[in-house]
Amino acid sequence: MKPAPHLARGLWRGLRALLGDDAYERYLAHRQDRHPGAATLDRRTFYLSELDRRWTRINRCC
Amino acid sequence: MTTTPRLLRAALWVGIAILGAAGFGGIALNRGESINALWFVVTAVSTYLIGYRFYSGWIAARVCRLDATRATPAERLDNGRDFMPTHRSIVFGHHFAAIAGAGPLIGPTLAAQFGYLPGTLWLLVGAVLAGCVQDMLVLFCSTRRDGRSLAHLARDELGRFGAGAAMLGTLFIMIILMAVLALVVVKAMAHSAWSTATVFATIPIAILVGIYLRYLRPGRVMEATAIGVALLLLAVGAGGWVDQHPVLSAWFDLSERALAVFVIAYGFIAAVLPVWLLLAPRDYLSTFVKLGVVFLLAFAIVVLQPEIHMPAVTRFVDGTGPIFSGKLFPFLFITLACGAISGFHALVSSGTTPKLIARETDVRMVGYGSMALESFVAIMALVAACVLDPGVYFAINTAAGVVGADPATATATISSWGFPVTPGHMQELASSMGEQSLYGRTGGAPSLAVGMAHIFGSAFGDGLFAVWYHFAIMFEAVFILTVLDAGTRVGRFIMQDALGTLWEPLGRTSWNPSVWAASILVCIGWGYFLYIGVLDPNGGINILWPLFGMANQMLAAIALAVVTAIFVKSGRLRYSWVPGVPLAWLVIVTTTAAIQKVTSDDPRIGFFAAARDLAAKLAAGVLPPERVAVAPKLIFNLHLDGWLTVALLAIVWIIVLDTARGCWLHLSGRRVAPSTESPYVTTQLA
Repeated sequence: MKPAPHLARGLWRGLRALLGDDAYERYLAHRQDRHPGAATLDRRTFYLSELDRRWTRINRCC
Repeated sequence: MTTTPRLLRAALWVGIAILGAAGFGGIALNRGESINALWFVVTAVSTYLIGYRFYSGWIAARVCRLDATRATPAERLDNGRDFMPTHRSIVFGHHFAAIAGAGPLIGPTLAAQFGYLPGTLWLLVGAVLAGCVQDMLVLFCSTRRDGRSLAHLARDELGRFGAGAAMLGTLFIMIILMAVLALVVVKAMAHSAWSTATVFATIPIAILVGIYLRYLRPGRVMEATAIGVALLLLAVGAGGWVDQHPVLSAWFDLSERALAVFVIAYGFIAAVLPVWLLLAPRDYLSTFVKLGVVFLLAFAIVVLQPEIHMPAVTRFVDGTGPIFSGKLFPFLFITLACGAISGFHALVSSGTTPKLIARETDVRMVGYGSMALESFVAIMALVAACVLDPGVYFAINTAAGVVGADPATATATISSWGFPVTPGHMQELASSMGEQSLYGRTGGAPSLAVGMAHIFGSAFGDGLFAVWYHFAIMFEAVFILTVLDAGTRVGRFIMQDALGTLWEPLGRTSWNPSVWAASILVCIGWGYFLYIGVLDPNGGINILWPLFGMANQMLAAIALAVVTAIFVKSGRLRYSWVPGVPLAWLVIVTTTAAIQKVTSDDPRIGFFAAARDLAAKLAAGVLPPERVAVAPKLIFNLHLDGWLTVALLAIVWIIVLDTARGCWLHLSGRRVAPSTESPYVTTQLA
């Protein structure tokens, strides 16, 4: 059995990832990792371009 | 490994198998007045566990030969955005949120007219052997091919022709889907100030959340969603206040026709507005509410164990059902659709989800597992429909054109079928739900809401029935409207893609005249079927839902045909029955249904027979005046539906024959197609 605080943190992280709340942080980490020093989008521009990408194809079902 | 844990594990699985078998036995053989809903939960969960552990395990190891050392597209093409290795439980959540919609809630509710047994059996057997398998195999094929979409896979395997047919099928099923879902919302809101006010309020709430995310705190989805959900709950309460208000309640007391016009206009506006303003924030809210309700419902059913009052099998298996007509075979399978196997899932399982899969072995949990959960949602919807008194269930779900418009006639007709119900009881129920009337609210949403209110109301305190009912209506409306927004938008892209081949500027997604023209075309498409559905005195659902079900199952057949072709060409011939058997079943079911819908002489089943019947009545002058006005439109629509069914059937058979031909050419060595699989690269992930 995992301790409760650990479990709660896991759940919280999962929920954030599910809704895309951590998308920008992950994007920054990716840029840092793969393209260090290259220009990155700011939070708002990233958010808008993400939405644009996500909603140009089928991502919801009946 | 020591022997004790192995023995223990074996004993555990034997135990689950016995539990499942006992559950099936209990459900099938119960002849009492009622049966406890826990039977359904236990049977369903044991079935999914057995299917997951053994069938999906075997498919993963032997059929797909999933390889944890093989780098996935998410790893190889990682761009920190759509291609991104993601933990499998997060991918599972994303995938489930994407595939779970209103379909598995509505289908089982309608199919409950056959009793609880047929629906339960097919939801379980269909999911384990067909639906979960389809999702997993499409996900696998797409993951091995850089996460390509179904249309792309179809083009690679079947050629341009097959791909075109798949695209046409997708567009058609989307249009019918949007029409039928819009009709469900309209039926739930008609002449209900509380429901209408609450559903309308979700629009400014979504816009508020959108502005918050765009300008105030960019991308802080969690905060914004929390605020939005709080406002949604407030809107449910405020709807009750509007309902009591003498002036406001009149404003929101709208007819079905007025609501249909509103919904069509809404769909168009939502599709051309920037996504950040309305579409995306609404989707955040709907995802959150959807997951919340699924957990709440599961919790309530397990804890409260409501009694099921519906008989195991009703007399309507003979094809005389009042909610939709046609015999158990093939119409049970057409009606349940999404909860057992859904073609639409193939569109998410290819192109979207594969780009997140970190390890190839995750395909099993994400593909097979999320469909099992979706099927469980469908089982819960069936339970919610069957906890109602059967008389009440039929009174809510049967259209006025079938049982009569006034309460006395309607209840007398339903009671004569052997499902006693009185006008007094219906009135009392409507008042406790905060509604004026619940008669003829076809489409499944209101009866599901009554069922949910019934379950939640006894779990979390009596007297809140009306609030729970409208919460359930709001919950269904939120994600149905999300489908309308997103569907119109995606339909627009497909349309622009097609129009672009005729005249290049029409294909430009940033050219406003083209955007508007394509959006208008898509809205006219589903808006037409919605409007006819509203005019139809038989409720519209009985025509649209079978059409939707057929289209959905045909799309599943197309997806399975693509998978079968891939299997034959990638050295998996001996396992081609894994997608092949569900494919054959779907072809049999959809072909039988389509032929009956076209050729049946029974006006309740055949489209052309219904058109002839209505034309004869019109000519003989036996129709009441309000029906005379709409009859020509209904006759035209019935002809159109008939021809559309013929076209759909033709598309499916062309694809199936094309697949068979391609496989034959490959097997006889006359055409050796190069492998479409991406080459093996060893994973670098720990």
